[in-house]
Amino acid sequence: MIFNKGLLAATAAMALVTAGGQAFAQDVTLTVESWRNDDLAIWNEKLIPAFEAANPGIKVVFAPTAPTEYNAALNSKLEAGSAGDLITCRPFDASLELFNRGYLAPLTDLEGMANFSPVAKSAWQTDDGKTPFCVPMASVIHGFIYNKDAFDQLGIQVPTTEAEFFAALDKIKADGTYVPLAMGTHDLWEAATMGYQNIGPNYWKGEDGRLALIAGKEKLTDPQWVKPFEELAKWKPYLGDGFEAQTYPDSQNLFTLGRAAIYPAGSWEIAGFEAQAGFKMGAFPPPVENAGDTCYISDHNDIGIGMNAKTAHPEETKKFLNWVASPEFATLYANALPGFFSLSSAPVKMEDPLAQEFVSWRDKCKSTIRSTYAILSRGTPNLENETWTASANVINGTQTPADAAAKLQAGLDSWYKPAGN
Amino acid sequence: MAAVADEGTVSGVRRKPIRWHIAVFLAPAVIVYSMIMIVPLVGTLEQSLFQRVDGQQVFVGWQNFQTLFGDPRWATSFWNALWNNVYFFIIHMLVQNPIGILLAALLSNPRLRLRGFYRTAIFIPTILSFVIVGFAWKLILSPLWGVAPSILNSVGLKFLFQPWLGKEEYALTALGLISVWQFIGIPMMLIYAALLSIPDEVIEAAECDGITGFSQFWKIQLPLVLPSIGIISILTFVGNFNAFDLVYVAQGAIAGPNYATDLLGTFLYRTFFGFQLQQGDPNMGAAIAAIMFLIILAGVCVYLFLVQTRLRRYQF
Repeated sequence: MIFNKGLLAATAAMALVTAGGQAFAQDVTLTVESWRNDDLAIWNEKLIPAFEAANPGIKVVFAPTAPTEYNAALNSKLEAGSAGDLITCRPFDASLELFNRGYLAPLTDLEGMANFSPVAKSAWQTDDGKTPFCVPMASVIHGFIYNKDAFDQLGIQVPTTEAEFFAALDKIKADGTYVPLAMGTHDLWEAATMGYQNIGPNYWKGEDGRLALIAGKEKLTDPQWVKPFEELAKWKPYLGDGFEAQTYPDSQNLFTLGRAAIYPAGSWEIAGFEAQAGFKMGAFPPPVENAGDTCYISDHNDIGIGMNAKTAHPEETKKFLNWVASPEFATLYANALPGFFSLSSAPVKMEDPLAQEFVSWRDKCKSTIRSTYAILSRGTPNLENETWTASANVINGTQTPADAAAKLQAGLDSWYKPAGN
Repeated sequence: MAAVADEGTVSGVRRKPIRWHIAVFLAPAVIVYSMIMIVPLVGTLEQSLFQRVDGQQVFVGWQNFQTLFGDPRWATSFWNALWNNVYFFIIHMLVQNPIGILLAALLSNPRLRLRGFYRTAIFIPTILSFVIVGFAWKLILSPLWGVAPSILNSVGLKFLFQPWLGKEEYALTALGLISVWQFIGIPMMLIYAALLSIPDEVIEAAECDGITGFSQFWKIQLPLVLPSIGIISILTFVGNFNAFDLVYVAQGAIAGPNYATDLLGTFLYRTFFGFQLQQGDPNMGAAIAAIMFLIILAGVCVYLFLVQTRLRRYQF
């Protein structure tokens, strides 16, 4: 129903703006292609008015497609030459493919790109890192969301190290009121994304490990890559009854109904959880091995925006992209969508306390992206998809961490040859 | 037409006139069927012989099939999916069809009350969408809010409950039984119709000979509905080897846990269309589709040439 309403609203909005465009024929109208139809209201009520007020003479139309249809619809529009001026970019290979086929314009000389760190740009650039083609818009951060009331009731401090983390889990389990960890393995990706990619960066040292893996200097069978699996295997006794058949919505409900104490999370949950949960919530980053270790977080690039290479209004489009790269947009966007964090290097003030907590980790921890997303998932067997199965197997106890890692590395070796080797 | 006939008689040779009307009358069906069935089928078989190299489709002969059977990774996935599919089929043959026949036999008993109600009630799941069936059963079997654990609990059998859909050793059996639950109406209806069509004289003659009750079913009715059972078996075979929807809805495209519920259909889907970060490979997908086609073709041929010919001889 939400989807239908979104489409209706989109059609209505397009009709309105088209009418408006005819009235002011001298205005340039830019169309934004996107899969975020959930964000239609935010674009029409907050983002577009702010841009149009600052840039008279340019009108912007936000024209989203359903998420599952976006890639296919966008491809056919680009082929037919009927795509909008601004293209919302999926991270990594999907957008790289569009750039390689000449549909996305290079943004090397866009001034606004200076506002972003190399990690922020990593999802939308050529493999050599020289040519960016999308402005990073938002990322999602992994961590753990916990039930503050439960922690207070049981007298548990927020854990910062692994030992404290498992001590807290033991205490919750011994008390018996709450399921210690709300996670299931049925949908597989939960185990990989909320589990492996959540706690992993602390072991493989974030970007260092990820880049070394791509360069072929490290292997998935190295201890720093196997350790996250060993940790995951230890989670099994703390999961709910029948976690093998527990789905992602089950986990969400288990936590928001107050039946679980800790939820291995992605920041995109924030808005939904705050609407659902009737208790206070807090968040903590993945615990480090020893007190005082540098912490690493998965700050995964999710949404970017680029320029259609065949746009009729390149100057106006660039103006819009520069605005998206500005701190002003970052503040508007991050506050409208708590949990989707701006990738801008400029500090962004956010109102939502849980979102503030998540984003504060960027100052004390080092950011990285999910290890399997860039370059390493281009072949068959697909490393990301295999990691889903491996993580679930390890938690289910049907595969040992070492076996899981060996199988992943063997799969990767079968098609991936690191550059220079 | 008249002109053609005249010419035939004038030349004195008894030539058969070309019967254009046959072609004309067949054309609509042949054209439509070719367009929507034959052309895509040939297209798929053709696609399986090509591979994308540097953005171009290049003819590679049997290379895709060599990869599918020769590369240990592809071969493992393929044989796993094929074995799961065979197992899925066995469950249907052992559970769905015998129970379907039994239900039909019970329903055809004239002394049974509320026959219409039972018939409808048992048939209803068949017309439900896979999405509804998959979702409903996921809820029923859910370890958190499912009815299954609470019912077992209320009779003190909670220890029997397992998160069936999440365990490698049970997941496929559970899905097979869900599918049986959904489709049991089809064999039931076909057999029911076949049982009703048995002439009363045959039954009466049997009764005169003192054959009643169960032995009547076993010795008279069952042999007479064997052709229908054959048809049901082949329908089950084709349906099972094309199955995809239920697994996709209940377990997702990766057919977890650990590919325990991966059928040829889901394997084909992942390969052809890609999934998440995995890019689709239409050529390898077409190769899998071609193998599926051959398996089904072989199965149907075995039925047609070995089973059905014997059944006919038995009947007359």
